[in-house]
Amino acid sequence: MKIAIRNARIVDPASGRDGRGELYIAGGRISEEFGKPDRVIDAKGLVVAPGFIDIAARLREPGFEYRATLESEMDAAVAGGVTSLACPPDTDPPLDEPGLVDMLRRRAKAISRARVYPIGALTVKLEGERLTEMAQLAEAGCVAFTQANAPLADTQVLWRALQYAATFGFPVWLRPQDAWLAKGGVSHDGEVATRLGLPGIPAFAETIAMAAVLELVRATGARVHFCRLSTAGAVEMMRSAKREGLHVTCDVGVHHLHLSDMDLGYFDSNCRLEPPLRSPRDRDALSRGLEEGVLDCVCSDHTPVDDDGKHLPFAEAEPGATGLELLLPLTLKWGEARKLPLAKSLARITSDAARILGVSSGRLAIGAPADIAIFDPAGTLRVSADTLKSQGKHTPFVGYELAGRVRYTLVAGNVVYET
Amino acid sequence: MERNPQLNANGELQHLLSIEGLPRDILTQILDTAESFAGVTEREVKKVPLLRGKSVFNLFFEPSTRTRTTFEIAAKRLSADVINLNIALSSQTKGESLLDTVANLSAMQADIFVVRHASSGAPFLIARHVKPHEHVVNAGDGRHAHPTQGLLDLYTLRHYKKDFGRLIVAIIGDVLHSRVARSLIHGLTTLGTPEVRVIGPQTLLPTGVEALGVKVFHDMREGLRDCDAVVMLRLQNERMNGALLPSAQEFFKHYGLTLEKLSLAKPDAIVMHPGPMNRGVEIDSSVADGPHSVILPQVTFGIAVRMAVMSIVAGN
Repeated sequence: MKIAIRNARIVDPASGRDGRGELYIAGGRISEEFGKPDRVIDAKGLVVAPGFIDIAARLREPGFEYRATLESEMDAAVAGGVTSLACPPDTDPPLDEPGLVDMLRRRAKAISRARVYPIGALTVKLEGERLTEMAQLAEAGCVAFTQANAPLADTQVLWRALQYAATFGFPVWLRPQDAWLAKGGVSHDGEVATRLGLPGIPAFAETIAMAAVLELVRATGARVHFCRLSTAGAVEMMRSAKREGLHVTCDVGVHHLHLSDMDLGYFDSNCRLEPPLRSPRDRDALSRGLEEGVLDCVCSDHTPVDDDGKHLPFAEAEPGATGLELLLPLTLKWGEARKLPLAKSLARITSDAARILGVSSGRLAIGAPADIAIFDPAGTLRVSADTLKSQGKHTPFVGYELAGRVRYTLVAGNVVYET
Repeated sequence: MERNPQLNANGELQHLLSIEGLPRDILTQILDTAESFAGVTEREVKKVPLLRGKSVFNLFFEPSTRTRTTFEIAAKRLSADVINLNIALSSQTKGESLLDTVANLSAMQADIFVVRHASSGAPFLIARHVKPHEHVVNAGDGRHAHPTQGLLDLYTLRHYKKDFGRLIVAIIGDVLHSRVARSLIHGLTTLGTPEVRVIGPQTLLPTGVEALGVKVFHDMREGLRDCDAVVMLRLQNERMNGALLPSAQEFFKHYGLTLEKLSLAKPDAIVMHPGPMNRGVEIDSSVADGPHSVILPQVTFGIAVRMAVMSIVAGN
């Protein structure tokens, strides 16, 4: 199908382009201008951008289908303009065998909405003891390896895992958190946790783990991507690591750009996240770090949790929030607060995320995959259980009206969502 | 942030979940009401008909003898029907969720739920889901709050010391895990106590505790100087030997209250303890049973305070 998008404001962070124009799609790719389109999309008043790339979105399959299914979450993805997503291996069973990865990719392909990039388990069953067959998992389609939120307390195993991954050049994605210091904790160790009587996770649980990983990166040459930084200290460590020339990158979860432990209010279990929401000072450092490029990209860390998992006392509630459909509005909100040009805000969920994931999408260049999001920057999304497509209805932003409403989503030149 | 979930639209006490955030006049109202009930508990017929026909469900998700019993006595003295549920031993082990349990009891026409739960914030969750005419009274949630204990401590202090405006109060021991300490600190600061001290080793004081409005002391002798009241906290057995403390003996040596250390406080200082006491761990018997101790009167006051709380919430 040949599609022409007309009257658009085209924003392509990769090239810095931001201006009126037309965009042509043929053969699933962005193409030169042509004569007779099969379909014309009038994008008057809308922004045409590369489809968003979410480097952390849980689809809950296999194993947690009562919380969400591939169908429901793929619907949520494209409703949020997300055309590519990476899913962590913390399913049940975890993605630690090529067969599981293969099945997930087939299922995702059959649903044919967003592109799914599985992240393989770094250790068998995510237990932090034995390495997975990384090379075979990579052949099956894993683009990186991670422990997700499972602890890896044994630094000997961590060292060997990084050595082994480095041998093959596989990226390793690690959320820095010292397993012992974080044990039993459910919130940021600070004044709010003290007041609420919640067991805390100190900020140095993150920086100590990060320091250990950075040392291992120096020793092994592994390519490490740090996931979901949450502290000001980690931002500063990242800054010096990059200055030193280490091949490390990092991301932040979109919630952590806007919220702090103060938002826990009276034990709001929607604010039970991993890592925990930290102090306002940490939040501000993350927000600034993302603007400065110390943090490379932002992700939704989408985690559908059912009512049973959230209608519990704070410490017992399942961590996580739904996020795929909020990635754009919350990224725009961040960019607006920091007074950034639209292309710069969108870069963090398009070209920068593509670089971390190692994919060729995330840009609007001729010949690039026609993965496109068309959105109304002024249109609002009222966040509620009814409006969210995801089966996960729990988010700290429930009840909010957020600007940034996706109107069309195209994957490989096919319109997979329109409203 | 949502409205204080303890107060109804008129700013009256709908539930008692935490002392934090309660205005001074509500605290005073509770203490004054408790004082009016103190007489009742000394009469031959120890009953008033304020809660006649009402049902009080004691929902204890965590074992307790003392608090549960005093709530039961208080409810009975208000002429309520009391149902004790030891949920620690029943539905929770069968996997029923907290809210399902509450919904079931609510269907049995409850008026007041008295809730004890091991998880901080559990009574807030329940209060968010009960019917408008039902009331929740927190009888201790995790490390967070134990508001009726805090109120009975305030009652005791007011009884013996009259005016909060001049007091120095020291709270000693395991503040980290103590809901009693948190509730009392909020109560004392709300009522204008000029100096609240917490005393303990770093391992037993929570991060940023100063933000609650207290002065931190690690040296007990220094912290006791010129105190009007000393509140000892219970040290749980499982915390005596491990990463928090090397031994009960060493703790007693540095943070146990002895007559010798107590002599650093004001001569008329009172000694309080929420119970149950570990004699020889946080408090020496000579102090616990000595002339400064008001530990047993605290228990008696606790009944009047719980009567006050239940009668006030039921009336709002």
